[in-house]
Amino acid sequence: MKDMLTPYVTDDGRQIGETLMDMRNITLRFGGVEAIKDISFNIQEGEIRAIIGPNGAGKSSMLNVISGFYNPQEGEVWFRGKKRPPMKPFQVARLGIARTFQNIALFEGMSVLDNVMTGRLNHMNASMFSQALWKGRAEREETENREAVERVIDFLEIQAIRKTPVGRLPYGLKKRVELARALAAEPKLLLLDEPMAGMNVEEKEDMSRFILDVNDEFGTTIALIEHDMGVVMDLSDRVIVMDYGRKIGDGTPHEVRNNQEVIDAYLGVSHD
Amino acid sequence: MLYREAGDFKTSYEEDSQTFPIAFDRYRYWVVLAFAFLVVPFIINDYWANAIVVPFLIYAIAAIGLNILTGYCGQVSLGTGGFMAVGAYACYKLMTSFPDVSIVIHIILAGGITAAVGAAFGLPSLRIKGFYLAVATLAAQFFLVWLFNKVSWFYNYSASGQINAPERTVFGVPVTGPNTEAWAQYLICLVFVTVCAIVARNLTRGSLGRTWMSIRDMDIAAEIIGVNPLKAKLTAFAVSSFFIGIAGALFFAVYLGAVEVGEAFGIQKSFLVLFMIIIGGLGSIFGSFAGAAFLVVLPVVLKVIGVDLLGWPTDLVAHFQLVIVGALIMFFLIKEPHGLAQLWRLAKEKLRLWPFPY
Repeated sequence: MKDMLTPYVTDDGRQIGETLMDMRNITLRFGGVEAIKDISFNIQEGEIRAIIGPNGAGKSSMLNVISGFYNPQEGEVWFRGKKRPPMKPFQVARLGIARTFQNIALFEGMSVLDNVMTGRLNHMNASMFSQALWKGRAEREETENREAVERVIDFLEIQAIRKTPVGRLPYGLKKRVELARALAAEPKLLLLDEPMAGMNVEEKEDMSRFILDVNDEFGTTIALIEHDMGVVMDLSDRVIVMDYGRKIGDGTPHEVRNNQEVIDAYLGVSHD
Repeated sequence: MLYREAGDFKTSYEEDSQTFPIAFDRYRYWVVLAFAFLVVPFIINDYWANAIVVPFLIYAIAAIGLNILTGYCGQVSLGTGGFMAVGAYACYKLMTSFPDVSIVIHIILAGGITAAVGAAFGLPSLRIKGFYLAVATLAAQFFLVWLFNKVSWFYNYSASGQINAPERTVFGVPVTGPNTEAWAQYLICLVFVTVCAIVARNLTRGSLGRTWMSIRDMDIAAEIIGVNPLKAKLTAFAVSSFFIGIAGALFFAVYLGAVEVGEAFGIQKSFLVLFMIIIGGLGSIFGSFAGAAFLVVLPVVLKVIGVDLLGWPTDLVAHFQLVIVGALIMFFLIKEPHGLAQLWRLAKEKLRLWPFPY
């Protein structure tokens, strides 16, 4: 595995910057079970970083550590050159880390527009008084943030369903709305937990296109978990492979594909 | 054919996010307001004010308050009666301690005090949800009623244990006390209802409202987009209690005039307001009005039909009334769990296309 801690240029010519997030010797235990065992890796600015591995490997736990749902027993999380103390998820969100969930976590009672607008909550801080009168800052902020949200809505091509309650949408569109909500926050780091789970080929292609476009146009760094190997190999710049809570591979898709340990984990190995 | 949005184009986001985006709705809103302010005060009499209109307006404020907490933020509360009592007693203490200050300021301050009390009783909501939170707020209900019964400082050591509203005037017109005219009673309640409804609507359509609704719909997802659950729930409790406190103050000072806490603000009041928002529609300001109107008017209508038209004995009608209200609540919960507001929304959607099927 070659060392890639320094800025580099990808095969398709994108410039990858300094380290954005650095996970150092993370260990996470639930009682006696070690979900993550002493894993270190980094995510560099502008990268699309994939985490793969068989079921129960600890991928989602890793994402939950990054987004603050779990605090690891050991290890340090460094974000933008600073060590991050143990935090609540909403504090992590305010640092500029947004995410989507494996099983969609949208606000079913609200319209698509309102759902995406919630992504802007950290950009809105009008006083309650101003909001009660709907004058001054509250009104101005509402319009400014609506403009930002409309850009995301245009980008993801969900204009037509703006005012539809989310509960009425089909699965594929819900996934897209959830991505829109995360994007509306203008995150530095976007975490996607199985963005293509349960989609057909066409929807997967659309979603892949959106992920690449987000990375390309907004320069958003993306970390994603995905099971579809074809998608992972095509999209990502670097891949981490996990198995039973350990890291068994880390590198470009090409390197990972030829890693013997990874092949063993995925295809099984004969015990003789 | 009246209710159309074709051709009603929006060219700015301000226009698109206004309260009534459809022009017809907007005109109707102004017509209703004009009627309520300019016509009703001249035709209202004591019977209408006391039996229907004033309690409807006051309950509408309480229902808006509870709807913010339960309908918008998803935190079930059975403490409404207790919080109304806080508003009433705060208003009473302020009225008797500072007789020179305007009653309007007293009522608003009573709302503020109730907001602080509500936020304090909202603290358990950070740890417990659903039924368990309902039981915790039930504790608030019983504790507050007990407190106002037990500590005689709250009722100024009066022998009866009641509180009586002294006469107070607004622009020289008495609005509390025995000399109040029906129209003055009506107008002060109407002003408070209008302001409360507009404020509630503004709060719920802006970022605070989205914060509350995100907690209601999925608290984990809300946290991940940066909502502080502590702050969201406590603001919901505080704002909700503010409205409920104002309703309690008006209920005591303007409507009843004399109050005994267990009778006026007991557990049945909590349930009454809860039924109002369930029947009217959770998460809807219009629903709060619809529910309040329904539960205030229904007993009166049943009484008129039973006693005046059919000539049945009063006690029989009173019992029937309970049965019918109960049956209607069950009917609503089964047939239209989203309440009258949902029926209204459906009717409007149909009207937009009428007379064409698609």
